Amino acid sequence: MGPVVEVRSLKYSYPDGTEALKGVDFRLEAGEGVALLGANGSGKTTFALHLNGLLSGSGAVRICGMEVTPASLAAIRRKVGMVFQDADSQLFMPTVIEDVGFGLLNQGLAPEEVCERAQIALEQVGMVGTGSRAPHHLSAGEKRRVALAGILALDPEILVLDEPTTFLDPPGQRALSDLLRNLPQAKILITHDMPFALATCSRAVFFHDGSVAAEGPVEEIAARFGWGFAAR
Amino acid sequence: MRHNAVDEWSRGSSALHRRAPASKLIAAAVFLVVVATAHHHLPLLACGWLGLLLWVTLAARLPLGGILSRGAVVLPFSAVFALLSWMEGAPGIAVALILKSYLSALAVLLLVATTPLPELVRSLEAARVPRFLLTVVQFLYRYIFVVVEEAAHMRTAAAARGGLTFRAAADALAVLFARSFARAEAIHRAMIARGFDGHFRPLARRRFAPPDAVFLVLASALPLLVRTVGEVLL
Amino acid sequence: MHIPDGFLSTPVWATLDALALPATGFAARAAQRGFDESKAPLLGVMGAFIFAAQMINFPVGMGTSGHLVGGALLACTLGPAPASVVMTAILAIQAFVFQDGGVLALGPNVLNMAVAGVLAGYLPYHLWGGGRFRRAAIFAGGVLSVLASAVLALSELLLSGVRMPPSVLAVSLGLFLVSALLEGAITMAVVSALERIQPGFVRQPASAPALLLGGLGLFAVLLAAGGVVFASTAPDGIDSLAIRSGIAKPLAAYGSGASVAGVVLIFLLLLAGGRMMRRRSA
Repeated sequence: MGPVVEVRSLKYSYPDGTEALKGVDFRLEAGEGVALLGANGSGKTTFALHLNGLLSGSGAVRICGMEVTPASLAAIRRKVGMVFQDADSQLFMPTVIEDVGFGLLNQGLAPEEVCERAQIALEQVGMVGTGSRAPHHLSAGEKRRVALAGILALDPEILVLDEPTTFLDPPGQRALSDLLRNLPQAKILITHDMPFALATCSRAVFFHDGSVAAEGPVEEIAARFGWGFAAR
Repeated sequence: MRHNAVDEWSRGSSALHRRAPASKLIAAAVFLVVVATAHHHLPLLACGWLGLLLWVTLAARLPLGGILSRGAVVLPFSAVFALLSWMEGAPGIAVALILKSYLSALAVLLLVATTPLPELVRSLEAARVPRFLLTVVQFLYRYIFVVVEEAAHMRTAAAARGGLTFRAAADALAVLFARSFARAEAIHRAMIARGFDGHFRPLARRRFAPPDAVFLVLASALPLLVRTVGEVLL
Repeated sequence: MHIPDGFLSTPVWATLDALALPATGFAARAAQRGFDESKAPLLGVMGAFIFAAQMINFPVGMGTSGHLVGGALLACTLGPAPASVVMTAILAIQAFVFQDGGVLALGPNVLNMAVAGVLAGYLPYHLWGGGRFRRAAIFAGGVLSVLASAVLALSELLLSGVRMPPSVLAVSLGLFLVSALLEGAITMAVVSALERIQPGFVRQPASAPALLLGGLGLFAVLLAAGGVVFASTAPDGIDSLAIRSGIAKPLAAYGSGASVAGVVLIFLLLLAGGRMMRRRSA
């Protein structure tokens, strides 16, 4: 079986002309966890937005062997689940259960089945019994979990998480890394949090100025770029 | 703001909380119309209606003091106009303004304190309120808490530097505007990432059950009964 | 000014509710045209922004401050129909959740603020927003927006038989003018600041059906003007001559004890309103 994500010489410029990605190559195997490291503005998030076609630049992006094109977008977005950095922007429905069920309803499933699968997803992230609550009544950690449940409910093959530990206290970070480690999906984590990256990923890719500067085991990459500082 | 009391109250589990939102919406509308169209013996009728509202409050296991004082937010406004009318030699109008505005505010408050807003919004859809407008209302309610918190941070930061000048306040609002715009884009992106194709699909439809019909008939008849009895007896 | 329930007479609220329904439907369809429901989050978040904007105080000297109302700002940035939808949504939330404005009075409030207020706020921008008088047009939009809403609300109250001493009426019209000028200044300042941050936010006028909008805006302004005339000749035994002279010479009206009491009352009202707003948002 080939890689679940395969990106070749991806280039992207923002409408204002800023070159955000200058030819990125990337591979992700099934079940693998990769941390995307690098300074703010080095292109990590821009790169991630290409994985399910929210942005499209030049070069090739293949998800589970499928080229990302306008025609394949619906199928691609079922394979790639994205948890965005700001949980408040991700949890836009009025109640938790409606939010977790949002993607399933868009797939055309019947409301009964949606409720059932949404409950299972909430169970997976340890948020049973919160279905009728409003997102603005949840803590930062709870929001993060519910946002993840909304993605897990769709049963994607690849999880992309952007800065998942922001606003989480240390116990919350530990709980999240335990949760992620036990998920079978392939994972891409954009993070500055080295203990978290070490706990959840085996490999790291270091972005610098829109290109991949290096990749290898997390410890090695962190040490090489002085990125381990946050861990001490 | 973050924990709006109404939000908290609406998640109760009394028999009233369990009634279909549409039945409560119609009952509240009937109450408002009955009160608005009454002209005679208002103080006496108001006692009867207030009694009904208090009964509903207790039956819904809502805090009496909380409901009464929150409904009173209309009173400063009403009191000004009541005093003005009084000064113009129309004490009847003055009394009517106070009583009617307070009773109406209480009735609406009881509606939203027994019905979570998302359910209320869905029942309004059945009343043929444009769906697009309701979707906007739903998003507005969801993000009030988030954006107000951002504004509160800005205000605190400004206060720490000794307050805002006119121009700095305009800059602050422009930044808040830009952030809100960016947030809307992030929301839209998150929706598309989960397969949104331009149409919201409801998760569950609330059915109108026999107890809801019984409640609707009773709750609509009682305020009317109070008014009829009052007007016939006096 | 959000009119609570119990203030308007049945013919007034019933008529205005009946008018507000098709107007809201029209605005919702117009705002949705060319888009699908994916436009809803933007309008919802901008509504939340207008809510939150009330927490940012603009100092105007003498220890007082004002805040943005927003109709004209939204009209210049989102366009008139979406702005109208946003304002309607705000009024609905305020009426239901915050007991600020009535539910039977929602139609009148929507017509005053979300229809007349937005159209009056958009009209000058639509006519002169592209040219040399752009800043003046934005300022005028803010002024007209608040003036139209306030005068309509006042005339609806008077039409419903709410009584007011003529001098108080003159003073409140004066206060409306002051808050209208403030809204104009705030709107202009915020639009300028937005154009510095990112020019794309403020749309260029003339992308809307010109004739229809111009006509509607003019109608709103005329309606407001009619409201002023009506207010000054209000029925119910108010001596219209006295009011006319009160409007013409507001300073002369300060003499009588009644008007002083009226001014004090209105200030108390504004104060109480401000306090409540602050407590709610705290």
